[in-house]
Amino acid sequence: MTNTLICIFSTIGALSILFASIGIVRMPDFYLRLSVTVKAATLGVGLLLACAAFFFPDVSVTTRAMAIVFFLILTAPVAAHMIGRTAYHSGTPTWEGTLLDELDEDYKKQRAGMLEDANKEAAAAAEVRRSKEDDSE
Amino acid sequence: MTLDLYFDYVIFPLLTVSVILVFYRLFKGPEVVDRVIALDLIITIGIGFITAYSIRSEQALFLDVAMILALIAFLGTIAFAFYLDKKK
Repeated sequence: MTNTLICIFSTIGALSILFASIGIVRMPDFYLRLSVTVKAATLGVGLLLACAAFFFPDVSVTTRAMAIVFFLILTAPVAAHMIGRTAYHSGTPTWEGTLLDELDEDYKKQRAGMLEDANKEAAAAAEVRRSKEDDSE
Repeated sequence: MTLDLYFDYVIFPLLTVSVILVFYRLFKGPEVVDRVIALDLIITIGIGFITAYSIRSEQALFLDVAMILALIAFLGTIAFAFYLDKKK
């Protein structure tokens, strides 16, 4: 009974990991690759860890497996979001079939705002330097 | 068919083929970020491999190594993202 359950779960887990790696090879675009791999690989590893929890009749192993799954589910989206944000900011090109980029407008405004802020800061710093020079004289 | 044979002939070959496919993307990847996610995926598959091996060899201790590897994968990806953000 346990063996059958372990067989089914480990097969689904290994197959979803295989699909994730086929996706990272075949997808045309960084963002599509990211969205394919993170979810499928987390599911596959989670199922393999569930197999380990079934296999060892021990509370400590079950706790450890659950801790690893919890940690993966908590951290994988955060890491994917960070690296996707970095890729967008550093200008990674999207696929030629991309129809809509909703972030473009927002970031254009934000970049313009940041430019204004930077100019203001530079002007303020120059002002401070000038007043210091006046004081020293 | 025993569970050991099933793991030897089905699960490990599937995971090995996955790692080889991801290595292709790691070497080819046109951008640095592609390589970063390929590395992250390799470490995630490594966690799965260690788990399968701990079932195969009936040694529950290997799961500790998987836990440490999960921590290091997260830290590595965050560090790469931070560094690439600062670089430009």
